[in-house]
Amino acid sequence: MAGGGGAPAESRVGQVVLPGDVLLLPAYDEQDTERLPLGTSAAPRGRLLCGPGLRRCAGGLLVTKCGLLRHRRAGDGAAAAGGAYWVDSQQKRYVPVKGDHVIGIVTGKVGDVFRLDVGGSEQASLSYLAFEGATKRNRPNVQVGDLIYGQFLVANKDMEPEMVCIDSSGRASGMGVIGQDGFLFKVSLGLIRKLLAPKCEIIQELSQLYPFELVLGMNGRIWVKAKTVQQTLIIVNILEACEYMTAEQRKQALAKLSGN
Amino acid sequence: MAGEVKTKLSKNLLRMKFMQRGLDSQTKKQLDEEEKKIISDEHWYLDLPDLKEKESYIIEERSFIPCEDLLYGRMSFKGFNPEIEKLMVQINSKSKKEEIEEDDKMEADVSDEEMARRYETLVGTIGKKFLKKRDQRVLHDEDEEENTCNKGIRSNARTQTSWPLVSALEN
Repeated sequence: MAGGGGAPAESRVGQVVLPGDVLLLPAYDEQDTERLPLGTSAAPRGRLLCGPGLRRCAGGLLVTKCGLLRHRRAGDGAAAAGGAYWVDSQQKRYVPVKGDHVIGIVTGKVGDVFRLDVGGSEQASLSYLAFEGATKRNRPNVQVGDLIYGQFLVANKDMEPEMVCIDSSGRASGMGVIGQDGFLFKVSLGLIRKLLAPKCEIIQELSQLYPFELVLGMNGRIWVKAKTVQQTLIIVNILEACEYMTAEQRKQALAKLSGN
Repeated sequence: MAGEVKTKLSKNLLRMKFMQRGLDSQTKKQLDEEEKKIISDEHWYLDLPDLKEKESYIIEERSFIPCEDLLYGRMSFKGFNPEIEKLMVQINSKSKKEEIEEDDKMEADVSDEEMARRYETLVGTIGKKFLKKRDQRVLHDEDEEENTCNKGIRSNARTQTSWPLVSALEN
């Protein structure tokens, strides 16, 4: 069904790929996997990470989403020793993924479990024991309509997604109920990834303006809180608009604001 | 009557535990084997050759975080929320720890060489304390011989200062 043979993966990096494209990977010697890897002798040692938008298939990777193909080289200290390939696609609808940190809105309580709206096809469940320092007697103070920053414990297409507000060591580390006031709005998923990139200019420039607090959820939701309502709204407008602004336009807008 | 009943007992009855207590081990083994054969015949299996599972070197990952090394989503700037700022420093330093090489050593009050020298003499001194008396005497005599080869006065001074414990024991 898929057209012809595929092209090697390295040649398509940075280009638009469509679902059904096959990306060939250099064949690895199967014998090498049995030997213990000593030092960094052979070039790509370690496992290749096949990211979102790609699937394994015979001979390489099969593209399942349309977008730009991205690649990251094998580097030490990175999560994927051996490099990573993924498809950078644009999307507004969020699909729950295990390990993602998201902002959820509490829609109800059912027994010992809160129901959260995370923007996916199903509501996520959050047990009241999944907060730091929560016991059966000491319940967390969560009301309907509250905002919660948590991560997915279980998220696949067969089961209802489950969230928790503690990490593996039992500490909150920033997760839990997000405080009072502030402003919640929705953007596309691509912008969130751009903002969360290690050296994001937008965030750095905004941080020079005035003190504020920012929570970014991988489901496209952003919560902002600043000292006054006006400042909050300014930040909201900049974040919403910066997706389609070039760097110069953004700098001009910020310069006008800091002049005020 | 009793003899006839024995021969008409069914196979299932004979397989029951209480009937097998009287049997000897050989017949028991035979019965077990027969049972196993019956059970394994009833199991279905595919008559295909064993396919070798290929060791896969590709991991499938549905999250963007490991691909792009995304930061933590909760941020605070200019001291708006001090707890979050502390958390940010903690998390960023954790990720930067892998980049930073060996941390600087603390400056020691005593240098390494000095330490080695002191330790060397100390070991010798304390070690001699635990030698048997005869060995101590022999050692002492050897040292005296060595020292008499050199200048006399100097050697006396040295014996007095370097091995106070030995001299104390000798006295």
